Amino acid sequence: MKIGRVVGTVVSTINAPVFDGRRLLLCDLLDASGRPEGGYLICVDTVGAGAGEAVLILDEGNSARLVLGLSAGPVRAVVVGIVDQLEVDGELVIDEA
Amino acid sequence: MQLARVTGTLVASVKADGLEGVKFLIVQPLDRQQQPEGHPVVAADGVHMAGPGELVYIVGAREAAQAMPNTFVPVDHAIVGIVDAVEALE
Repeated sequence: MKIGRVVGTVVSTINAPVFDGRRLLLCDLLDASGRPEGGYLICVDTVGAGAGEAVLILDEGNSARLVLGLSAGPVRAVVVGIVDQLEVDGELVIDEA
Repeated sequence: MQLARVTGTLVASVKADGLEGVKFLIVQPLDRQQQPEGHPVVAADGVHMAGPGELVYIVGAREAAQAMPNTFVPVDHAIVGIVDAVEALE
């Protein structure tokens, strides 16, 4: 799993049916120090994550379909949690509490 | 999933079984400022409506084949949506 920060949403009318009615979040990926590492992912939201929140991202198809309750579908990245705290080497790098 | 811009089309008469009728487009992956990032790739059109110039989002790896009518096909990038807008939340 990866850690990201929600920076935007992607709006789409014409899409594969699995994305109908789902919210797509644009998330910057964060490194172990909590800073943007340069990459990003477009993720399906399953937890109601909002702007600026640190999130837990799953980037693997089978797990993504499981979380979304799908047996098939071209989906891969899913936001599965909102990060409250991240501690690395005894240092609190993300503290949203 | 990533943002990409459709830059061209590809036609192949001879192709692997299962790819008949599948439309192939050349897409340039973009960073989140929508600037080109990395090399263009050939992506199957999973929405049947994408065309050159359009901003789309693509899925890579094994999941790409899931966008096709026959899901057991040799496809590693697929267009799964046409982007209307990218809204910053900051």
